[in-house]
Amino acid sequence: MKNNILVIGGGPAGLEASANLKRMGYNVILIEKESKLGGHLAKWDRLFPDGVSARKTLEALTDEIRGVNCFTETQVQSLNILDKSYNAILSNGITVLADAVLLSSGFDLFKAEKKEEYGYGIYEGVITNADLEKAFREKKMPLNEPRAIGFVHCVGSRDEKAGNPACSKVCCATAVKQACEIKEVYPNADVYCFYMDLRMFGRHYEDLYLKAQKEFGIRFIRGRVSEVAEMADGRLQVKAEDTLSSKPIRVTLDMLVLMAGMRPSEAGRSVGRQINLTTEDDGFFSSEDNLLAIQKSKLPGFFYAGACTGPKTLPDTLHEARSAALEIDRYIKENTREK
Amino acid sequence: MIDFGFTVSPSSRLDLDKMDRTSFNALAKIEPDVLKCMACGSCTASCTAAQFEPTSLRQAILLLQRAQVEQALNLLKGCMLCGKCTMVCPRGINTRHLIISIQKIYGK
Ligand SMILES: Cc1cc2nc3c(=O)[nH]c(=O)nc-3n(C[C@H](O)[C@H](O)[C@H](O)COP(=O)(O)OP(=O)(O)OC[C@H]3O[C@@H](n4cnc5c(N)ncnc54)[C@H](O)[C@@H]3O)c2cc1C
Ligand code: SF4
Repeated sequence: MKNNILVIGGGPAGLEASANLKRMGYNVILIEKESKLGGHLAKWDRLFPDGVSARKTLEALTDEIRGVNCFTETQVQSLNILDKSYNAILSNGITVLADAVLLSSGFDLFKAEKKEEYGYGIYEGVITNADLEKAFREKKMPLNEPRAIGFVHCVGSRDEKAGNPACSKVCCATAVKQACEIKEVYPNADVYCFYMDLRMFGRHYEDLYLKAQKEFGIRFIRGRVSEVAEMADGRLQVKAEDTLSSKPIRVTLDMLVLMAGMRPSEAGRSVGRQINLTTEDDGFFSSEDNLLAIQKSKLPGFFYAGACTGPKTLPDTLHEARSAALEIDRYIKENTREK
Repeated sequence: MIDFGFTVSPSSRLDLDKMDRTSFNALAKIEPDVLKCMACGSCTASCTAAQFEPTSLRQAILLLQRAQVEQALNLLKGCMLCGKCTMVCPRGINTRHLIISIQKIYGK
């Protein structure tokens, strides 16, 4: 059994699916546009809910892909649907005739500078969740004895004006996790989370919230930050409504961390356009069925895994990758001649 | 003071920089569970006194966090320490004991 399977995107979804397909005996070609594998996981430091190392988690995934033909810094140049296969010409000059394709192009982080009122890219003290992960990862914390730090939930999510009415699912847990981590680094600073609803849905997530309140004394303020202004000394004045006491509130902060949400991957969408894959209103790819067959596209032999069909946590992503591998196996057995 | 013939209403804005949290921190020390409140409102909903005069532990906790002591204490005046709120609190806060602790720290 040597059918070719093309996997597009080497993040957690692409890695996990490739490893499983390889184990099933398929010839897997995995392409990744960046120079390193791992997708967004390669950028994170410690993971919610338990704080395990992102580096070790990624190592565990990459350890499993031995035997997979892996091309980094490679994109799809053109993709065509043939009778019972897909013909892909890659940017490295290689042509792949694939019996099935798995798209695992993931997500792009919302560009926080689009929410101009928060001052990302304008004020030095305003950073994103991804910037803070980088600082933790490189152990280069940007501040010296800060007095107060704030987190803004739902940046570029649940916001029609930012073009995204949907919830990004992972950023509440990320904010609460990062708030605790920052308090560990700066125990004397006051740490605030500005939220609209707290969506701590998963196993152990509520424990994380409780720990943030009780052990770390994180102060949760229900209200969306309306504006941020820099003061003469470089600190930030932040305004919001404290909706639980129905009063406007102001606070001066040394740093403000924006919880940028998840948007569909642009590179993934450009692959989709080549074969007219459909997307839903939110820009993520449409599945054959949102309950029964999230991993299937509406095209035979073309499958999805991970955040390319909407915001997902890492466990969601990995489960989907495994089930996509099973679906592909079933499709190949039912539809193509084994080679 | 010169009388200009008009008054300026005080700002209702809460300034978190100027908030004195000493008493709240003292309260959290003897009653750490006060930090667990997630503002669900079960206590206020079950409160018998609240049917007759404004009584709300949920809001009192928030106001104490914001150093609005007088308003907070006003919201606990009607409390008869019946303890019904302790039975409904989903976070398991001993609310009755908390109210007594609030009186200890803030009561005059
Ligand atoms: C700030 C933040 C923190 C998070 N922290 C956690 C956490 O602590 N715990 C947790 O469970 N989840 C967390 N998540 C969620 C987690 O990052 C995602 O679940 C996971 O990254 C999704 O994996 P993926 O493979 O679908 O997508 P991605 O990680 O986005 O990977 C997709 C890969 O595909 C590549 N690609 C895209 N298009 C193409 C193309 N056309 N050709 C070639 N390659 C392409 C990309 O370069 C990328 O490497 C977090 C998310 C955010 C935003
Ligand atoms: S997970 Fe939380 S922060 Fe992220 S969009 Fe949803 S509600 Fe907002």
